[in-house]
Amino acid sequence: MLQTEQQRLKEDIGRWVERYGARRSSLIPVLQEVQAKYTQISEYAMQEVADHLEIHPVEVYSVVTFYSFLAEAQQGKFVIRLCRTISCDMAGKERVARQLENDLGIRFGETTKDGKFTLAWANCIGMCDQGPALLVNDHVFTGVTSEKVHDILQLCQKSFGPLAVHANRDHEGVRR
Amino acid sequence: MSANRRGLVTFSTIDPAVALSGALAKSRAEIIAELTASRLKGRGGAGFPTGVKWNLAAAAKGAAKYVICNADEGEPGTFKDRVILAEVPDLVFAGMTIGGVAIGAARGIVYLRGEYAYLREGLEDVLARRRAAGLLGAQVMGKATPFDIEIRMGSGAYVCGEETALIESLEGQRGEPRNRPPFPVDTGFMGEPTIVNNVETFACVAAIFTKGASWFASIGTEKSTGPKLFSVSGDCARPGVYEFPMGITVAELLREVGGEDAKAVQIGGASGRCVPAAEFARSISYEDVSTGGSVIVFGPGRDMLAVAKNFMEFFVEESCGQCTPCREGNVKLLEGIRMLEEGRCSARYLDELLTLGEVMQNASKCGLGQSSPNAFLSIVAHYRDELMGRVHERAR
Repeated sequence: MLQTEQQRLKEDIGRWVERYGARRSSLIPVLQEVQAKYTQISEYAMQEVADHLEIHPVEVYSVVTFYSFLAEAQQGKFVIRLCRTISCDMAGKERVARQLENDLGIRFGETTKDGKFTLAWANCIGMCDQGPALLVNDHVFTGVTSEKVHDILQLCQKSFGPLAVHANRDHEGVRR
Repeated sequence: MSANRRGLVTFSTIDPAVALSGALAKSRAEIIAELTASRLKGRGGAGFPTGVKWNLAAAAKGAAKYVICNADEGEPGTFKDRVILAEVPDLVFAGMTIGGVAIGAARGIVYLRGEYAYLREGLEDVLARRRAAGLLGAQVMGKATPFDIEIRMGSGAYVCGEETALIESLEGQRGEPRNRPPFPVDTGFMGEPTIVNNVETFACVAAIFTKGASWFASIGTEKSTGPKLFSVSGDCARPGVYEFPMGITVAELLREVGGEDAKAVQIGGASGRCVPAAEFARSISYEDVSTGGSVIVFGPGRDMLAVAKNFMEFFVEESCGQCTPCREGNVKLLEGIRMLEEGRCSARYLDELLTLGEVMQNASKCGLGQSSPNAFLSIVAHYRDELMGRVHERAR
């Protein structure tokens, strides 16, 4: 990581800790901010958060590795999570999965070489009546067919707008 | 005909402002008495009487108390809380505020699952509007009772729907369930008295303080009162969210959703039970087949072993790994399903798997492990012949 990048991460973490409060109960909200902005929670970030909250970095590590939306490894700019649970499965998620793998040239659990896409499975995302369903970052797509996969990926490729932004972004304006 | 009966039939007629002012006109004891009289039970699926829970928390002593709304709707096949939060969030917030007044809490937290992050901005807007209208803040509706609500996001862990795991997660820990007792009503968030209720439960509270406990208790059955939302998916003509009185039979429900030819129905999601066609006369209620609202319909052509496999894969993935029966048991059951798939499971070994399932029900620490074998056990009980002696085409 470049020195400037590390400096930026350090400043961001300091700001987020200040916002949520330097207490253990702020750990997950702070980690969620790191994840959303940096698409990973690096060892450096874990150490930095641990220092601020005065806990051992292993405590931070144990939390990061527990939750499936927090990741040590760098994720793509677009994390695609395809629901694999029963209703989406019965609605034909397997064909959507194959098409995603074919179009991206990666398997589930992998990230494209250009760092744009990560392909992951999700467990029930609560769109069971409109399956197959998937999330691209925080955005939900329903009734996905293998044919529509291409359109969704195209939308991502062209998108520097809403799709690229996490809904879990700065809530400075609305937070008390 | 069915189409216009879909949706939030009761909830869309409830005015949250009426609910809140009606409740605030009462004393704390009166609020809890009214709630107890409604015989409302937890809508998340466990079915604990809400009035009893609130009464325990109200009586508990603590430096601070908390009201937590469990919006970690992760049970496979359940999506009614998403619809409630999108369409009538004010009812949920009004219900939480009534809870705060009733137990003496100043702080409410909505634990919203990470998969529903797209709902957050809208909910924050509603909260801001309620603060501006004096419905939240230092003085709720001008009374000397402070109450405010914040939203905290989950991070993709099904087990955090278990109330003590949810509290652990809010405290910045891994979402590993705690031993109970002590229960959250005396030792909850930050060790203080806490009520944790489902999204729909809070919406029901708002309905009760608008239309009255006796109205609520007049719907449904003796032990399962009130209207209930059902999330219906799978092989039916009209999937979606439905409202029915508690006690409806599986057959009646299937008629409404266009799934009359179903071979089986999974009631209560992955942790629920599989009801075969022969038992469609059973009623959906706390005293018969219980559910938090998930109804998954399996059509005539469905392979029940594939269904069981999907559920077991889910639990292997979502077990928190803390206790042995759940961590190891789910893996062994999934292994057994693979053996069945390949047609190399003896009847004796299948019986051993059933015994293992019972051990998991009895010995697991939390509801996840205690209920994870349910789907497998009920599918084996009803479709044993379909599962055994399969001819497997082995890959060369």
